[in-house]
Amino acid sequence: MALRSDIQARAAQLRVRFEAAGAQVVDTPLLQPAGILLDLYGEDIRARAYVTTDALRGEQMLRPDFTVPVVEAHMRHGAEPARYTYSGEVFRRQEMDPDRPNEYLQVGYEVFERDDAAAADAEVFSLFALQVRGLPLRAATGDIGILMAAVEGLNTTEKRKAALMRHIWRPRRFRSLLDRFAGRTPVPESRKKLLSTEGDLTGSAVEVGKRRAAEVQARVEALREDAKAPPISENELLALEALMAVRETVPFATEQMRDIAVDLPQINPALDRLDARTAAMKARGVDVENLDFEAAYGRTSMEYYDGFVFGFYAEARPDLPPVASGGRYDALTRRLGEGEEIPAVGGVLRPDLMLQLEEVR
Amino acid sequence: MTLKLGVPSKGRLMEKTFDWFAKRGVTLSRTGSDREYAGAVEGVSNMELVLLSAGEIPRELAAGRIHLGVTGTDLVQEKLPRFEQQVEELAELGFGHADLVLAVPQCWIDVDTLDDLDAAASAFRAVHGHRLRIATKYHRLVREFLTDAGVADYQLVDSQGATEGTVKNETAEMVADITSTGETLRANHLKLLGDGLVLKSQATLWRSRVAKYGTNEKAALNTLLDLLEHRK
Repeated sequence: MALRSDIQARAAQLRVRFEAAGAQVVDTPLLQPAGILLDLYGEDIRARAYVTTDALRGEQMLRPDFTVPVVEAHMRHGAEPARYTYSGEVFRRQEMDPDRPNEYLQVGYEVFERDDAAAADAEVFSLFALQVRGLPLRAATGDIGILMAAVEGLNTTEKRKAALMRHIWRPRRFRSLLDRFAGRTPVPESRKKLLSTEGDLTGSAVEVGKRRAAEVQARVEALREDAKAPPISENELLALEALMAVRETVPFATEQMRDIAVDLPQINPALDRLDARTAAMKARGVDVENLDFEAAYGRTSMEYYDGFVFGFYAEARPDLPPVASGGRYDALTRRLGEGEEIPAVGGVLRPDLMLQLEEVR
Repeated sequence: MTLKLGVPSKGRLMEKTFDWFAKRGVTLSRTGSDREYAGAVEGVSNMELVLLSAGEIPRELAAGRIHLGVTGTDLVQEKLPRFEQQVEELAELGFGHADLVLAVPQCWIDVDTLDDLDAAASAFRAVHGHRLRIATKYHRLVREFLTDAGVADYQLVDSQGATEGTVKNETAEMVADITSTGETLRANHLKLLGDGLVLKSQATLWRSRVAKYGTNEKAALNTLLDLLEHRK
């Protein structure tokens, strides 16, 4: 382990470099109101963040990351476009692996910029690549926007599409929904019985609780309607599965996805955006010919990335988390902005891991 | 030093534990008055009985303050992360059966599975502006179960007792609780989810992997294990 003072010195150095790239320094409180994070990530965040309480402010969390408070600060009084940098501790509750630190430093760089998403993506990626240059890392990239475009354009009901979109970041539930909507899962007996009925079914059992009979009846109607809708076609399903399995260097991945787009034409605009980003990265000197692209990359991380995603991993140390990671999170600014939104992309570095890898060399 | 055995201090769990050990040649008894939490052991020398609240036994095992303890699988798994590394299961005692289950109001005729629950939670949040509340005292177990199942838009609210009543009082929409027969659930107009069994639990004898075992403790443990082995 590197010394804490060395880690702090490295963090300061990285932050100065991000300032030189045009970012203004932001600082955020260590204690964050728990409500916003819980609304955003659900109960799962409790497994990752330390929660504390007092009688006055209620539940608060020890900052599990900077993104949410930085977005909030920007939405409150940020000028556009804006570039921010920060460095400081984040805290992650560890219940399974005693070797993982529960407190470490992160240095970040975030870009809030309406015009030219491709250029902003490339700016962030190449800036991070520059910081970790010389370390034995493998870069992984992906684009959740392509999968989202594929789902949005499926030839099925809006309700099914909304259900799939809701679980884009939960691959297992996404899979089981997809199987059900494609008619691959047998319908349970209890459901068959319910679907064989007509009219209003509520009232037979005592009504208790805040979820009212009208809500139950609304869902029964929705289930009946869904049962009438044809399954997602085999053709679309296979194309979607092929898309999720794409794992190649950027040029080959693009070629494969353009082939898949023959059956899923809805992904073409997202692929055009990928092309624009690839060109912008190339213009900044990124070796895109040998850069990895995984269509499913970033689906299991914290659920706010909705476009370009990237990570830098220590090749010889699969046990380590990424040394740098980031992506585009336009949807997050929409949710936190109360009607306002601004396209945003950024990432974080782990100075402790950088030093650890340098020590070994 | 002595081999310390932690046993729930109250009620049927204590009596049944005493019976179980008695059948295997180890006599456990309370000493002093009913209010005094002291006990005695006959049949194994250098063994000591410690009477504790069932909920504290996992923590005491993990801290190594007791060598052996009788408590439910549910409490061990809820309170001890990576419990297998801290305690070893020696024997299931065959009583204290209880299942940790997810239960919803019977009037939710559209909800029979986790899949349904997830969809209902999404709709509920859209209508009411807050996540669907599940009352429980088993936060970690329930959260891990629901995360694994990919259920979203729920929130856990703490309930340390009378959990089934929270739905009627509208402080929660459903519950995750321990049940043995399901009768209390039915009486409160609740039903089980088909795939909502979080954990099957029963009273179990655990050995702490953390506690220190000197010569006396080792000898006592071997004597006890021999007795348990012969009267299975």
